[in-house]
Amino acid sequence: MSYQIPGLPDMEYMDRQKRTFLTQIYYREVARGVWITTKHFFRNMWKWMTFRKGGVVVQYPEETRPDMSPNNRGRHVLVQRSNGESRCVACQMCGTVCPAECITIEAEESKNSTIQRKPKVFDIDISRCIFCGFCVEACPVDAIRMLASTENLVGYNRFKMIYDKDTLLNWHPVVNDDVVHGYNP
Amino acid sequence: MAEIEIPAKYKVEEVLKRKEILELTIAGPTDEPMRINLGPSHPAMHGTIKMIAELVGETIVNLDIEPGFLHRGMEKMCEVHNYNSALPYTDRLNYVTAFINNFGYAATIEKLFGIEITERTSWLRTLFSELSRITDHYTCQAAICSEIGAMTPFLYLMQARDYIWEHFNWATGARQTYSYSRIGGLAKDVSREWLDKAKEILLDNIPLLHDVHGLIDKNRIFLDRTQGVGEISKEDAINAGITGPFLRSTGCDYDVRKAMPYFKYDEVEWEVPVGKYGDNYDRWYIRMREIEESFKICLQCIEKIPEGPVNSDDYMAHLPEKAEVYGSIEGLINHFKIVIDGPKPPKGNIYHCVEGANGELGYYVVSDGTGTAYRLHVRAPSFLIMGALDKIIIGHQLADIIPIFGSVNMVGGECDR
Repeated sequence: MSYQIPGLPDMEYMDRQKRTFLTQIYYREVARGVWITTKHFFRNMWKWMTFRKGGVVVQYPEETRPDMSPNNRGRHVLVQRSNGESRCVACQMCGTVCPAECITIEAEESKNSTIQRKPKVFDIDISRCIFCGFCVEACPVDAIRMLASTENLVGYNRFKMIYDKDTLLNWHPVVNDDVVHGYNP
Repeated sequence: MAEIEIPAKYKVEEVLKRKEILELTIAGPTDEPMRINLGPSHPAMHGTIKMIAELVGETIVNLDIEPGFLHRGMEKMCEVHNYNSALPYTDRLNYVTAFINNFGYAATIEKLFGIEITERTSWLRTLFSELSRITDHYTCQAAICSEIGAMTPFLYLMQARDYIWEHFNWATGARQTYSYSRIGGLAKDVSREWLDKAKEILLDNIPLLHDVHGLIDKNRIFLDRTQGVGEISKEDAINAGITGPFLRSTGCDYDVRKAMPYFKYDEVEWEVPVGKYGDNYDRWYIRMREIEESFKICLQCIEKIPEGPVNSDDYMAHLPEKAEVYGSIEGLINHFKIVIDGPKPPKGNIYHCVEGANGELGYYVVSDGTGTAYRLHVRAPSFLIMGALDKIIIGHQLADIIPIFGSVNMVGGECDR
């Protein structure tokens, strides 16, 4: 007694010796094909008439998808403290784990004595990035996240696709001051 | 400047004379086979591969296959990145079944470490592998249809594939390159709603499969182009090292999932479909039947998945939970050590294989005790098929290259690595 799914086609093997006359004259198959495609046409037409669109072409980058999954690994964002500074402490974790080696960080001393380090330079070369999300997982202070949005991930030359710290902080500001309960990717 | 003296045979009049002779030679009948190039990026071939065919009339008398145009040095890249960072490279082997590649790689490293994965992870890996196999077989079948001229099933199958991919995005965060597996677990858990929606999508696909069967199964053009074309015997296929649907189409029932069960394949009910002649039609038949078997495995998995953690308790390889990293110094140190040094397996070498969409996908890892593999080799099923493909194609006509090549489902990313 094997597992069965009701309605599954369970394709039969068509041996080359067993072709019937109806298969050989081919016209029955033409009629069947026309029937199936017509069925699909009217079904899609009915969807269109009742405003339930099926697949929709999105003119990226002018428009972005409204129904994108919220888990989608899209554009990077640097998380801010409430005073507008980056949460990043320049520990180089994301740059170390990055399989595409697209993150460049230079550290400098912070005037705030409880933080001590902050990034002077934080560049992500988006043309090299493979959107694996490892930087988000590697970050120990919840300083980098990936939002679901993929807006404007384009550029006319590859130097414009290197996003610096200001771009990453300000394109879509995300603020988190909770040190212990950070983001859980 | 000295005048350059033109030799007599390069004088204009002489050249023109020889051109006439040349034209006569070209126009005249000849017994020499004509050599033509297909590829490396021919619109009718999928994958970047070059074929140099020698034709007499329309019959192929000799064929030289040159893979390697998509070589990116994946194996070498795995030797400079640590075990965790090398995971996204495996996504790009067979990019339609990134889950199977991920899980195969993770299972290999887990075997090297001796890590036991949890029940839930094991079931989820089985489910995702089979969903992935369905999408790959959809892609391959769609490609065969469109290459033979049936564009309608191509669009239907691609649409079905896209619904599944879009659903993967809700679980993993990417449509195609998921990087979902971790050594000793998974990147994140999935919800019960996600699993129920997956079941709904699969059941929605059943009428679509009926439509594809209706359009193709008894179509004489399709049968004439596939039956008796591209045959290979069981012995030749085994000698060439071919595995997967290709080998099963010749009548041999070797399947890694049955022969050496991994994950939960021994706890679900399914069967291995086999063909008879090993021709294009049998490969089509095997893939269609495998889609049905994968449906069965998926639905059983969705019923049977237990609740529980996805990551193993063993924090040797995967990153600790975020609460520990943010809140405790031990968790933070563990996190830093794993990111900087990588997980450090014991010295030794190991081979582990899973059933990829095209055959046995194996990883051979040599570890020297550091966080980076000393050597990583991928046993790519497509590459071994390329070794036997010339014997299959020789003797057929030029137009038969395209359906034969479509039905073996060569994936450039996997073949050339």
